[in-house]
Amino acid sequence: MSWAAPDDIFFSTSLAAYLDKKLLVLLRDGRKLMGLLRSFDQFANAVLEEAYERVIVGDLYCDIPLGLYIIRGENVVLIGELDVEKEELPAQMVQVSEAEIKRAQKAEKEEMLLKGTMRKRMEFLDLD
Amino acid sequence: MLFFSYFKDLVGQEVTVELKNDLAIRGTLHSVDQYLNIKLENTRVVDQDKYPHMLSVRNCFIRGSVVRYVQLPPDGVDVDLLHDAARREARGG
Repeated sequence: MSWAAPDDIFFSTSLAAYLDKKLLVLLRDGRKLMGLLRSFDQFANAVLEEAYERVIVGDLYCDIPLGLYIIRGENVVLIGELDVEKEELPAQMVQVSEAEIKRAQKAEKEEMLLKGTMRKRMEFLDLD
Repeated sequence: MLFFSYFKDLVGQEVTVELKNDLAIRGTLHSVDQYLNIKLENTRVVDQDKYPHMLSVRNCFIRGSVVRYVQLPPDGVDVDLLHDAARREARGG
């Protein structure tokens, strides 16, 4: 295997240009991991240092520290380079504790479930 | 290899990539590789309010396996050229 020349990496599709940068990794299950990219391969397996998961529920968010993470490439949807000059999140979003975000997540899940069952009960109305 | 070559010709153009999770991202095509992984520059998400975490993402790498569609500029397709290429590919040469 050959390594791209230093100038080359910025023009190629390889993740080399993102090494040692702070990235957002979107996973197939919708999770959002952030951290410094330390290593990767052709499958988009990736090593994130100082990784944390950013949980967002409505206008609330929470960063849960994870440590050093190796992500299996098949779970990766997108790897985004963050613009350091831009705000990471809209101004109205509020950071809350891990306990609070878990509560909010649970409430959201129950609401979705309720919506689903209500819809099912109303199906005889032929809404669509 | 046809679509790899095809996407390489589109580098520098503005495209919208729609992913299997319904996220649609518009940006300038920076590069493609043999897996049809895509790198976009100056990205913006089509439905920004729904994806607040994407706000500060300017450049991104998209894994080829999660792409559903790539929407191209209308003049980005030379149909005749693509026809010829497809026939050549089908003949195995």
